[in-house]
Amino acid sequence: MKIGVVVFPGSNCDHDCQHIFKDVLGQYVEMIWHKETLLTGLDAIVLPGGFSYGDYLRTGAIARFSPVMGAVKEFAKKGGMVLGICNGFQILLEAGLLPGAMLRNKSVHFICKDVSVKVENAATAFTGVCRSGHVLKIPIAHADGNYYTDPVMLAAMQANAQIVLRYCTPEGKVTSEANPNGSLDNIAGIINAEGNVLGMMPHPERCSEAVLGNDEGKLIFLSMLESLKGNKKQLKMVGA
Amino acid sequence: MKAKIHVTLKQGILDPQGKAIEHALDSLGFKNANNVRVGKYMEVDVSETDKAKADAAVKAMCEKLLANTIVEEYRYELTA
Repeated sequence: MKIGVVVFPGSNCDHDCQHIFKDVLGQYVEMIWHKETLLTGLDAIVLPGGFSYGDYLRTGAIARFSPVMGAVKEFAKKGGMVLGICNGFQILLEAGLLPGAMLRNKSVHFICKDVSVKVENAATAFTGVCRSGHVLKIPIAHADGNYYTDPVMLAAMQANAQIVLRYCTPEGKVTSEANPNGSLDNIAGIINAEGNVLGMMPHPERCSEAVLGNDEGKLIFLSMLESLKGNKKQLKMVGA
Repeated sequence: MKAKIHVTLKQGILDPQGKAIEHALDSLGFKNANNVRVGKYMEVDVSETDKAKADAAVKAMCEKLLANTIVEEYRYELTA
């Protein structure tokens, strides 16, 4: 599969994403500078974590207008798979590819630690390899991870199983104590209504190798590859 | 014309920075400081002489970039 990793000025998790897809999972990875306007032949796009544009004005507010985002939006509109991690999630929100917005963490602190997240929807292209209720230990590192949306949108997302990951205890209980940043409904990751764009605050690319002591994040990337393989098989059967 | 723009969190949206500052004020003895909210102030020199055009431009800037209208609101004043 060919995975595109977008690099904005200030992105700093792009190499980790490349490393996982290329060195750990053996895929072809293309690093895409934010000024590129033409994206072809990609199976999935990743918007990595970091501090694009220094988080100036609002995190992700300026990156959403980078030249590459026109092509990313087109790719998503056509059903292409897009994963936004941390700052990538924030950019997807600002760009309107996912609903809602991020607020400053309730504690006002930058929080950098392992958390547990529960897979609430294991039927997505990003969680297909997980089982429903699966608890993953993945690190977070952010100051603006306090997800917010209005009550109407929240109800719609809940009804539509768009809340994919929620902060929980290691035993899988979704409690306010397990919520590191005040995020609405303990939301750690959401998917769009069409199911092809996912944003998550935790960093799965930081825990995808056993040698680092935790490779639970790899399940997200394996799910993506499985889903892409499935799509390609379908195209083959249809004779495309 | 000069635009003076204030961008603030909508009422009802949690403002943890405001809360932190409120607690700090309280610790300093300002027991009469309540409901502290933090916002952004920006100045933009708008190269339009027509006030209506300048107003429309600043409004568009706020709607498109300067404020995230999901959680923020804005107000501005234009002076020559």
